[in-house]
Amino acid sequence: MTKLLIILVLVLALLAIAQLARVYELTSRLRGKREEDISPADTRMNANLMYIFLVVYFAFFAWLAWAYKDKMLPVAASEHGVALDELLNFNWLILIIVFIITNVALFWFAGKYAFKEGRKAYYYAHNNKLELVWTVVPALFLAVIIIFGLRVWNDITTPASAEALKVELYAKQFDWTARYPGADGALGATDFRLINDGNPLGIVTRESVAMRLGELKAEIDAMDSTMHHGILPDVKVNELEARIAKLERTSARIVNLRTMMEQDIAEKGEASPYTHGADDVVIKEFHLPLRMEADIMVRSRDVIHSAYLPHMRAQMNAVPGMTTRIKMTPTISTDSMRTVTKNEAFDFILLCNKICGASHYNMQMPLVVESPADYKAWYAEAMKKPFQPSALPLAPAPAVSDSTVVAADTTAAMKVDTTATASLKN
Amino acid sequence: MGSVATAPHNTAGHAHHAEHHHEESFVSKYVFSHDHKMISKQFLITAIIMACVAVMMSVFFRLQLAWPGEGFAITNFFLGDKWAPNGVLDPNMYLGLITIHGTIMVFFVLTGGLSGTFSNLLIPLQVGARDMASGFLNMLSYWFFFVSSVLMLASLYVEGGPASAGWTVYPPLSALPQSIPGSGTGMTLWLVSMALFIASALLGGLNYVVTVLNLRTKGMKMTRMPLTIWAFFVTAVLGILSFPVLLSAALLLLLDRSLGTSFYLSEIHVAGEALDHTGGSPILFQHLFWFLGHPEVYIVLLPALGITSEVIATNSRKPIFGYRAMIGSILAIGFLSFIVWGHHMFITGMNPFLGSVFVFTTLLIAIPSAVKVFNYITTLWRGNLVLSPAMLFSIGLVATFIAGGLTGIILADSALDINVHDTYFVVAHFHIVMGMSAIFGMFAGIYHWFPKMYGKMMNTRLGFAHFWLTFVSAFGVFFPMHFIGLAGAPRRYYSYSEFPMFDGVVDLNVLVTVFAVIGALAQVLFLYNFFYSIFRGPKAVQNPWRGNTLEWTTPVAHMHGNWPGPIPTVHRWPYDYSKPGKAEDFVLQTEPLAEDEHEEHG
Ligand code: HEM
Ligand SMILES: [Cu+2]
Ligand SMILES: [Cu+2]
Repeated sequence: MTKLLIILVLVLALLAIAQLARVYELTSRLRGKREEDISPADTRMNANLMYIFLVVYFAFFAWLAWAYKDKMLPVAASEHGVALDELLNFNWLILIIVFIITNVALFWFAGKYAFKEGRKAYYYAHNNKLELVWTVVPALFLAVIIIFGLRVWNDITTPASAEALKVELYAKQFDWTARYPGADGALGATDFRLINDGNPLGIVTRESVAMRLGELKAEIDAMDSTMHHGILPDVKVNELEARIAKLERTSARIVNLRTMMEQDIAEKGEASPYTHGADDVVIKEFHLPLRMEADIMVRSRDVIHSAYLPHMRAQMNAVPGMTTRIKMTPTISTDSMRTVTKNEAFDFILLCNKICGASHYNMQMPLVVESPADYKAWYAEAMKKPFQPSALPLAPAPAVSDSTVVAADTTAAMKVDTTATASLKN
Repeated sequence: MGSVATAPHNTAGHAHHAEHHHEESFVSKYVFSHDHKMISKQFLITAIIMACVAVMMSVFFRLQLAWPGEGFAITNFFLGDKWAPNGVLDPNMYLGLITIHGTIMVFFVLTGGLSGTFSNLLIPLQVGARDMASGFLNMLSYWFFFVSSVLMLASLYVEGGPASAGWTVYPPLSALPQSIPGSGTGMTLWLVSMALFIASALLGGLNYVVTVLNLRTKGMKMTRMPLTIWAFFVTAVLGILSFPVLLSAALLLLLDRSLGTSFYLSEIHVAGEALDHTGGSPILFQHLFWFLGHPEVYIVLLPALGITSEVIATNSRKPIFGYRAMIGSILAIGFLSFIVWGHHMFITGMNPFLGSVFVFTTLLIAIPSAVKVFNYITTLWRGNLVLSPAMLFSIGLVATFIAGGLTGIILADSALDINVHDTYFVVAHFHIVMGMSAIFGMFAGIYHWFPKMYGKMMNTRLGFAHFWLTFVSAFGVFFPMHFIGLAGAPRRYYSYSEFPMFDGVVDLNVLVTVFAVIGALAQVLFLYNFFYSIFRGPKAVQNPWRGNTLEWTTPVAHMHGNWPGPIPTVHRWPYDYSKPGKAEDFVLQTEPLAEDEHEEHG
């Protein structure tokens, strides 16, 4: 209600201003003054407002910077994050100096040279030397910015070392799943056609392939019998036929996959990624050990998401059909960060940062950074529940128009959590 | 509808030139007009209506962001019970509103509206042509624009809501109705509307280019053209080269959506089902989109910069400083804008070396941009500044261009972009550098050339109030967003309540919304001033701002062919303001050089 009142007051104020301007216009018309002749009083007012704006502008900037200093992201908790923050501060230094100089010149000139009767403007069309200076000087500053920037960029984007801890982050509408390798230290191959409730990441193992084929066959058989045992309207029959054709196509592709898998295993034996999936850990928790390089693979099931870890200064898109990577080494544990931020509830957060649907705004998973010992203990516990493909029929698709999908989704999430299914990819 | 609203313009002038011309019917004069001045007004009025819609949308989602989950009667009033039950905005509609808001602002207001209005009005008048090269294509350009605007608005009413994948419509989200309801009919309408829009932009652009190249009057060398024309010309070239790429991107998306092709889709499992698509790449779409998308921001910006150059020179009563450098920087920006698109894709997993190349090209663009800013400031220096509303908005543009340009340097640095990409920092950056700058340029143009469009004057005092309220709210809205973004808050979020980590900055959201509402209300002043002045404003004189360029040599009353007699001949560059040795502080381009007078050209 108060808000409505505020709006009402604002509207009335605006109308009052409009009326005043009208009155002014009528009186000036009576005096034979024209619209384009701006009165000295108006010019003075605008000139003064230029100065005032300059001061208020800088004051607003300073106030925001000061009042929200502690509300910005806390100290970077990863190795490259520290370098990144330094780079950012270095850039700010240059930019704020330029910001101040150019704005002071702009608003000061705008006020100082406001129209005065009888003054003649200085006819000054060009000055090649001056123009050269302000082409070359920015170029030099930019060269410095580029060189420093690319150095950090190269460090961040070089591939992780072979010993790095391998983890996968898997995005789907609207949650995250993590996958850790089992005892073999490698993640298994994946295929999106194998995805079902028991195998949310579509990990390829002999077992998961067989189960998925069985599941598809059962589904096709069920539909077949519906078709043959009921008297259905034509539309319905066509629908069923299309559906069966689709499932058969999927089965055929999975059969191809099985052939490829067998060949690869025959050729490479233990080195084949198809042998690595069975012991993978699929889990709705995200833990990383302190000071150990992590090689994080990012994938998506449906649309583009983005794995954003603001405290780690890390971000990478999750693109369906592709694997992207984040390399990072956490340097501050969750516990230390709780002390630093004086916030007992503090958590590092993984959030989705690419528009992905109705619940995009709530697609998150905490990241726990802990000592290597704690991590080992957690990992040992998790390993006891490796991925177990099952032929659970898929839950019916959530109705997309329903904005409460999240709720339905968290139950699915909990199920995965407890069964800790496993899976794999390259 | 846009054209009808413009109908009652200067009737006195009409009566006057009716003597020389056959009487036109209402329809051919106001609706299917071939006259560039009328078409320009049609574009302007349509764009103003679209802008009102887009601003209203921003108010609805700003209310939700400031007071998440609270009901607002006004939201419910406009969106109904389906999309705003009890006045609480639905999350899907939230995404729909930001998508249509962004689309309307970028394409319909600042591309169609800005170029359509001012290229049409000023190109023939300032180069000395009787009309556009093809009046018929020009008319088609408007009507494509009109139909596409209607379709875009209609898409708000379809089942499932309007397109809601963001104005960038990245697939797979935009391709799969299973993933978001707005990707059903709403998205189809969006694509069809954009295809028509692109047709309009291409027809307009070709006309502008041909007119500038072929129809300049005697003596109007390229190096004597006002900077407005240079800007419109390069803008049109950018549009012609980049819009077809967006059109192909949109067509491929339509095929993926309707015919089951797999240009952008691969290995997707959505709504409980594996799709057949394999082998495509969602990233391909991003390359195509941004190949248009980056030049697009300059398509939006360059006309505003051109207008500002003209307005600042005229009102400083000084030549624009560094005329040739200004042309050079327009050309450099135009060229470079085609090789920087990858800076929108640093974190898609692109090859890091390729990323480095885009960092380099992007930061190169900062150089001509900096030159422009310094030249504007030097033009003000030791001028005699007539602080008209148009001049105030131009100075405002320089301020927003500085603020937004500097944050652009952060975003262009791939390493730094990692942590601010897709956060509110980006929203702050592009609203300031592209949104506000271009809007200010558009306002400057409207205040400055209103006398030329309608033969009337707008009220200057209302103009001052409009400027200061708009200017202050622009910073009040978009400046704090930098801080919200630096706290890590992502964009396109319906609410921040799910994350305790953003609790520290959510009060800024309230501040931002308050300024957004003030800023939106301030536009009422403008609307009132604009429409009132069309009908009742004081009559304009021929050259109210004492400008040098050719449009001020035409009669106040509009006529076909622009000049009653022969087209004037041009003898000098357009910026001889306060030239020593001249009696007046301006010298029309039509005035021959005096005996042993030296011609200046920056
Ligand atoms: C009336 C003043 C305006 C306000 C209060 C406003 C506010 C906003 C807000 C809050 C968003 C959502 C950001 C997000 O969550 O990603 C947004 C999006 C956007 N706005 Fe504005 N805006 C205004 C004017 C403009 C103008 C003049 C432009 C012209 C360039 C513009 C272009 C956009 C674009 C392109 C988007 C992105 C839409 C998307 O995410 O797909 N806005 N605006
Ligand atoms: Cu997501
Ligand atoms: Cu760009």
